[in-house]
Formats: sequence, C-alpha cells, structure tokens
Amino acid sequence: MRADPTEYRLVSPGNLQAVLSLMAGEAAQWLPIAGGTDVMVSYSAGKLPNRKLINIWNIPELRQIEVFPGSIRIGAACTYTALRTHEIISREFPLLATAASWTGGIANQNRGTLGGNIANASPAADSLPALLVYDAELTLISVRGERRLAYRNFHSAYKQTALAADELIRDISLPRRFSEYVSHARKVGARNAQAISKVCLAALGRIANGTIQDVRLALGSVAPIPLRLNEMERALTGKEIEPSMIDTARKSVIKEIRPIDDIRSTARYRAAVAGNLVAEFLEKLAAQRERA
Amino acid sequence: MNPLPEMGAKCEVLFAVNGETKKVLAHPMERLLDVLRNELGLTGTKEGCGEGECGSCAVLLNGMLVNSCLIPVAQASGANIVTIEGMSAHVLMTPLQEAFHECGGAQCGICTPGMILAAVHLLEKKPEPAIADIREGLAGNLCRCTGYMQIFEAVARAARRRVAT
Repeated sequence: MRADPTEYRLVSPGNLQAVLSLMAGEAAQWLPIAGGTDVMVSYSAGKLPNRKLINIWNIPELRQIEVFPGSIRIGAACTYTALRTHEIISREFPLLATAASWTGGIANQNRGTLGGNIANASPAADSLPALLVYDAELTLISVRGERRLAYRNFHSAYKQTALAADELIRDISLPRRFSEYVSHARKVGARNAQAISKVCLAALGRIANGTIQDVRLALGSVAPIPLRLNEMERALTGKEIEPSMIDTARKSVIKEIRPIDDIRSTARYRAAVAGNLVAEFLEKLAAQRERA
Repeated sequence: MNPLPEMGAKCEVLFAVNGETKKVLAHPMERLLDVLRNELGLTGTKEGCGEGECGSCAVLLNGMLVNSCLIPVAQASGANIVTIEGMSAHVLMTPLQEAFHECGGAQCGICTPGMILAAVHLLEKKPEPAIADIREGLAGNLCRCTGYMQIFEAVARAARRRVAT
C-alpha cells in the first residue's frame, strides 16, 4: 500500500540547535531523515511507523570531515561518496572506503550516510564491521549535551541501539593508528552493487617476527548485530600463522556467530563462508610476512 | 519554504528544473519523482521499482546523480535539478544518443533516461573511463532488455568519440 503524503509531517529546521530543540520538545518521537535511502523505502512501501520526520540533510555541522593529528572525525550525514573520495579515509581507512564503494549504486552513495547506516542498525550494513575494527567512537548529541560512546557498545540487540529518542549521532571519530596494518575487506552477495550482503568481513592485522601482534575481525550478516570476533582475536594474538592454525580458525568462527536462514541465504552457507573469509584474511596476513 | 509545516499542510517549494525556476505547492513528503512527473509534466523520469534499486527515476540534483523516488520534495527546496528533458543541449547528448542507437543500448526505453544520466554523471568525472568504471557507474541502473553489454559498449563508444573531438 503506497504511503499517503498527507498523513506525514516533514519539518526542516535548518540548523542543529533547532533540530535538537524540536527533538527534545515533544513526547512523540521524531524520525531524523538525511539521504532517505532507508527511510524513503519504508515510507513508500507504507511501512514507516513514524509520522513525524525531521530533515537533517541540510545541517552543515553534520556534513564535515575534520582531520586531526591523532584522529579523523566524520560528520554523521557524510555520504558514502564523501567517504570514498576523501584522501585520508582512502589511504588510512581502506576498509571504510571499500565498504562505502559496496553500498548501493552511485546514486545511493550520493545520498546514503554513514550515520544513517549506524542508526538504521541493520546487521547486514556493509560499513559497520569496518567501524568495529577501527575502534570508532560516536559523539551523540541532544539538548542535554554531548556524550561519547565507543561504537562497539552502540548496538545492544537486533535494531536496538544506545541512541535516546531525543539524540542524534553527530560524528564518528576514528583513531589514526591503523595505516600500517594489513587490511582485508570482503563482501559476499548476489551481485556487487545494490545487493545486501550474505556475509561481509572487515579485518585488520599486524604481524612481526612471524607472530600475530594484533588482529581485528568483524563480520556483518552473521548475528543480530554487526559482530566483532573477540574470542577469535584473543585466540590468534601471539600465534604464528601456519596452515593448521588457519584451519582451526576457519572451523571455530561458528562458535562466535549466530547466523540465520533468511531470503538472502542460509545459516549453514553463512557459517561456511564466514570461516572461509577469516581463513582468506589469515592467508593474506601470512603472505605479508613472507614478503617482509 | 515554510520550514515547519503542520501535518497535512502543503508547502511552497522553489527550485530550478532544467534551468527554469519553478514554484510548486506540495506536501513535503511527496516524492520528487511524483512532483516532476505529475506537477511539472516531466515524464521522461520513469518510475521502475520505487525503492531506489533500479535507477529509472535518476535525476541530477546539484550535479549529483540521485534517485528521485527516494527524495521528499521538501529536501529539493532550493536545488538545481536536471532531468532527461534538460539534457538535450548537453555536449555529451549527441554522442550518447548516437552510440546507444548504434549499439542497441535501448530497447523498451524505461531504463534509458536513468542510464543516460548515470553515463553523463560518470563521463563528467571520468572522460576516459575503463570498462570497470562504466560497470560501476551504471551498477545502480537495471535493464531488463539488453543484458547490459550493449549499454556498456555504447557508453565506451560515446566517451571515445567525445575525447576524439
């Protein structure tokens, strides 16, 4: 059933303070809309429960990318195109730039935003595993003030987040300390563009004297939330990469994930592919050692 | 535009469409696609899927390729919009039309306006695209007739001709 626009309200306060005041001022919840690539799909299908929308596409504070010596701060309404074309992000955070290039086609990359991907909280979102391995930190803002939250603590359950009804994600901050890491990004889906992942992986690793110094693994579409493989990381750290260890890692991924059967894939396929992607990354890391 | 219209109220939206200033009275959540087609009579912009997957409703908004089915018209307030109707004088139009014609890049025609706009958006950034660039640039545009190869070849041919002239 197509939505009737007369049954919805959309306001455009035009600046951040005015947006936050409105969001704080009324008991009924406002749904922020930036590029609309998720919200408008639900709306058009007549499935958007919220009747009151607040436009944050035209808020300049949310569209900036600021580079500091130790970190980069990405405004929540920066588009995938802005991420892909940013020099520092492409060079130092290739997992994020690559995930941005996977998301939709060019037209959706010109509108879809990183903050929207986070707030929409789909476990299949392509950019979220990258934020997990880069230790992203969020700034959440409301009239009550600002608070910083480690991104790994943002998702509590399927589509449940730490965001309060009157809060916006203002920016996403990434520490600039991963540029020397070996990185690996893989999406497995029906086609490259416009297809939601069956499984996706973001991985970082650093190896010295043949042993893993640090390893960071995150998967999308294998659990109710984007998932960091904490146990696997602990088990791998300090180990030497050799074939039997890669095989063990491949087989143990299943212990930490909770994949489901859905329209895009099966739990069994997802578990097998997740193991293969982790193994593929470890092989890449091992090859790096041989070159070094 | 009234920034805070009440529920059910229309608002006045002022924007430039194909170089002309237009003022429309619309509900803020009306899709830009519907306003272009129904209010302004610009039916070259097609509705395919209506959920941002197919690219048939693509237009250029402030020079950016976007799917007009995903844009509430209030967000287009003040924007500069170009639809397929506004492309006739564009320098890439003749090479693209000729190449689409020669290569069989258009059959039923529903996807063609979006394909052309996606191609223009690509070629303005990359005048000499590799085939991978063309595939990526058009990946958000679905075609149920051609099988795509003719379209990729048409864009490559148009680019070569444009660069040669």
